[in-house]
Formats: sequence, structure tokens, C-alpha cells
Amino acid sequence: MIKNIRFIQGNEACVEGALYAGLDFFAGYPITPSTEIAERLSEYLPERGGKFIQMEDEIASMCAIIGASLTGKKVMTATSGPGFSLKQEAIGYACMAEIPCVIANVQRGGPSTGNPTHVSQGDINQARWGTHGDHSIIALTASNHQDVFRMTVDAFNMAETYRTPVMLLFDEVVGHMREKLVIPEEGELEIVDRLRTSVAKDVDYHPYLPREDGRLPMSDFGGEHRYNVTGLFHDMWGFPSNNPKIVNGLLRHLVDKIDNNVHAITRYKEHCLEGAEYILVSYGSSARSAIHLAQNRRNKGEKIGVLELQSIWPFPVEMVREKCAGAKAVLVVEMNMGQVLAQVKAAVDKPDRVFLANRIDGKLITPSDIKRLLRVIQGRGV
Amino acid sequence: MWCPGCGHGTILNSLIHAVEELQLNKNEIVMVSGIGCSARISGYVDFHSLHTIHGRALAFATGVKLSRPHLKVLVPMGDGDALAIGGNHFIHAARRNIDITAIVMNNRIYGMTGGQFSPLSGPGVKATTAPYKTIDSNFDVVELAKAAGASFVARSTAYHVKESTELLKKAILHKGFSVVEILSQCPTHYGRKNKEGDAVGMLELQKSNTAKLGSKALEENPGLTPRGIFVEKERPEYCEEYDKIIAQAMKERVS
Repeated sequence: MIKNIRFIQGNEACVEGALYAGLDFFAGYPITPSTEIAERLSEYLPERGGKFIQMEDEIASMCAIIGASLTGKKVMTATSGPGFSLKQEAIGYACMAEIPCVIANVQRGGPSTGNPTHVSQGDINQARWGTHGDHSIIALTASNHQDVFRMTVDAFNMAETYRTPVMLLFDEVVGHMREKLVIPEEGELEIVDRLRTSVAKDVDYHPYLPREDGRLPMSDFGGEHRYNVTGLFHDMWGFPSNNPKIVNGLLRHLVDKIDNNVHAITRYKEHCLEGAEYILVSYGSSARSAIHLAQNRRNKGEKIGVLELQSIWPFPVEMVREKCAGAKAVLVVEMNMGQVLAQVKAAVDKPDRVFLANRIDGKLITPSDIKRLLRVIQGRGV
Repeated sequence: MWCPGCGHGTILNSLIHAVEELQLNKNEIVMVSGIGCSARISGYVDFHSLHTIHGRALAFATGVKLSRPHLKVLVPMGDGDALAIGGNHFIHAARRNIDITAIVMNNRIYGMTGGQFSPLSGPGVKATTAPYKTIDSNFDVVELAKAAGASFVARSTAYHVKESTELLKKAILHKGFSVVEILSQCPTHYGRKNKEGDAVGMLELQKSNTAKLGSKALEENPGLTPRGIFVEKERPEYCEEYDKIIAQAMKERVS
């Protein structure tokens, strides 16, 4: 009785997920390979009474969604490499002012203009450290359209739960590939709505005073509570402060609210992982090749499994250590020079048994690319 | 936190009077500012206030306004916010004619960083980054706003406090993108370096170097900087036009 089956691009699956999660406002600027997200939303948002605006540049798009979020809307922007670079200052503002928002980055080859129409996974570290200063961040990813949808919904939920920007790190192959998507029925997936303050009109509201659980109920701009929002370090009223105690407390809060919830944020999938002697750690489109190889070799009796990461930041250190504990070797499969490799090496007990299977030429890494390396590691020749 | 003699506090005074005289509901006012001396203004008002990053105030303000069009959005900006780093957002907000009031507090200098020249300084000005005097031409805020499509454009000075209040009232009531340039004085960084004297001396210059549009003084001395309303016209407003898009999209979805 499934009615809602689509055969669409990954970028469109992201759009469907965003609308399911309750997206109200999108601002963007055209950039390959993410443009379809803006195109579809320019059509679908007004149909639902939502707002779409094509801004004059990437920076303005990021700023506009922050402004809209403060009025109580669920917001998103989408971009790729160069645009992601441009947005970084405003992303830091959203971290500091604790504004819920979602940023989809459909990764292409870089640095600079790089390889606009070809795949890469080179923005992993930029998602983590692209904006200046200490902070923490959430970044999710997916290898297929059902998961693109799911992770997009999760991104909106996490943005509201932790009052933070959340990155969706897709890549060109997943973004442009067409495959089946089954859109869940309404109510099938949990949707987290904005936590609004219960403080009554004319009663002192402290916009930046966390509750016991660390969450900060919001009040919409235009509502009964007037307060200040700033990118400066600020006190519980939102007013600028350089009091060392306040600066220290706020920075720790910004990091802790995410890092202390790594278990709740962590998303991953296991493929043939039970009893695996060789584990492929992968994500995004490269995970598709890793899964293909593992399933293929399992059928031939080889103990190869895949740990597919769906949340990259905060990096799920403990989970990766546990899952990789029994492996003879771990092969990180990604399309960059080893950005997740460094995280896996830092997480596991035997970092010298962690290797990289990568491809950085704009082509999707294939199962045979991975197999060639695996054979070397297994001592079965070149 | 403004220096003694700074014109920005006077401009805030004019703005507060404009809001009070219009009897606006404070819950429906959002003030969005950027970075610099001017930007601190948002911390001194009892509105919803959004102190953002350098140059992007109008981009944040566009998000606020489009998502809640019933709100009054006021965006005070300095030289850099409005026309250097923020120049692109300025012309595009004007082009869209989105119903935002932009107030350019033009003091011809970057005050907060200690007196560097700005795109409003003009040639022949001394600044900490122009020890031999500037060679850069300045923008004419009024002409730029007009050309970019702003549907209300006015100019006054910190000296003309009541005139500023009247212009701000009209700008706030105007449906569309309105720009009010208010010449301000920075005795600390501009006045001292450029021999314009202290705050009183600089205010005297605002009085003697400007004249009202249509005045005899301006006719006789066309070199004076004109004050008054340069543009006041009706043009489709962005949020209202978007509401029409919503109506059309909803209708097509049903049919």
C-alpha cells in the first residue's frame, strides 16, 4: 500500500526530506552540483506557503536563513565547495548565536573551482573547521536516497534539538544519481519542532540561559520577548560580554552541548560486519562501492564487512573503536587524501593497521579499486 | 561606547524619536546591524535586535523581513557595512525593493579599527591607511541608491536632528526599500587628522556645507551637499510580490 514512490535524484531526495521535516524558508545561490535543491524548492516551497529566495551570493544566502530562523522558521541553504567556503563566517555566527539551520553541501572536487561536475569528498575537514575559532559541529552524510531523505530529516531535528547549524555532506554522485525513494507517511518519522519558551509576557526571559538539560528555549523575533542576538561572546540576556567567566562558560557550552551528545547524534550502518576480519570504513557514494565489494566477497566466503558512517561530526570515536576492535586491518574508503582516515587512525587501538583506499581524480571509486588495495593488505599480491 | 562628540548617538536619538512619534509597537520592530561603531546601535534599543557580521546586515534583514513581512526592519549601517564589504547587499536590497529601512551613518572613516579611510572618505583625506592622503573616489550614497532602485532616498546630517527624525519617519512608513543617509562626525579619527576640528567644528561644517533641496542657498551654491528627499515613488515591493507567487503556486497545485 505504499503510495509515495519516486524515482529521483539525490538532490531531490534531500528536498523531499527537508519538506517532510517542515522546511519553511530557503535561501540559496546557484552552484553545481547542488543547484537542483534550489530549483525544486523554488517550486515546492510557495505551494506550501513557504518562502524561497535566490540571494545575490552565497554569503547572503547563509545570512538570510539565519535571519529567517530567528523569526521561528525552519530554514536551509544548499551549496557546493566554493560556496561552502564563502558561507563559513556566517556559519560561525550561527554556532555562536545558536541559531538552528541546515546547510547542504553537495561535494565536488577542490580546492578552488576544482572539478565542479565531478565527485569528491574533500570537504570533510572544512565542515568541521571551516569557520574560525573553537566550536563543535554536526555533519551527516548518506550513500543512497532513502538515507539522504532520512539524514535530512535528522539534520533538521538535530538543528532544533541542539540549536546549531547542521551540515549535510552529500557528494556529486549521490546528488545527481537517480534511484528509488519511498517517502514515509506523515508521522512515520519523528519531527522535532522548535522548543519555544514558556516564559510569559512581561516576565524576564533569558534567551541564553540553558535549562538543566542544556537546551535553550527560543522566542521568535516579532514575539513578546525582545532580546539581543550577537556574534560576540554574550551573557544570558544576549548582550556582549568579555567577562572571562562568561566567555569561558559560553565556549564550553557551545562545544559540550554537541560533544557530550555524540552517542545520540551518531548514525551508522553495518554491512556484513559480523565476524569481519577486514573492515571497510566508508560513507557517501564511496560506501556504495565498498558495500558492493563486501557483499560480493562474502558470497565467496571472505570475511569482509563495511562500517558505513552516516554521522561524521562529532566523530563517533568510541563506536568506531568498538566495531574495528577485532579486525585484522581496517581500510578507509573515501574520495580525498585521507580526511576520515586520520579520524579512524586516532580512534582505533592499532592505527598502523588502518589503510586508505582513495580516489581523487573526480571518478567514483570502484569495487575493483578497493579490491586491489585489499589484496595487498591481505598479503595476496599486487 | 561611542566617543565623546560622536554623531552616532545623535542619529540614534533621531531614530528613537521617529519610532516614538510613529507610535510603533516595539514587538514589531527588528533592528539589524553589522560590525563597527554604527553597529553597536542595536545593543542600545529595546526592539528585537540582531547584531550580525560585517557587511551582511541587509542579508540577515532580508531573511527576517521575507519570513515575517509584517515586521518593521531597521538597518543602521556604517560606511563599511553599507558600501564596502556590504556594497553588494546594498544594491541588491535596493533592486528588490524589499520593505527595509536602511540608515547609512556616514562618518567618512572606519572608526572602530582606529581611523582607516572608507569608500565614503573621498580623495585627499588623511587616514591611518592613507598617510599621504587618499586617492580613492567616494560613492555618492544617494546617487548609488537611486541607480540601484531604492524607492525612497533621503539625506540629512547629525546636525539637523529634527529634520533627520522627519525623514526617518517617512522612510519607515514608506513601502519599499528606503535609504536615509545621515552625515555623522567622527572627531576622534576623522576630525583630528583632517583639521576639521572638534565635534562642534564638524557639526558647524555639516550646517555650512549642506543645503536643503530646492533652497535658494543650494541654487546659489551648487557645490553644497543637498539634503532632503531625492526619491519617493511607488514600486512593487518584494514581499508583496512573493505573496502573489504563493497564491499562484497554491492555485496551480490545487488545479
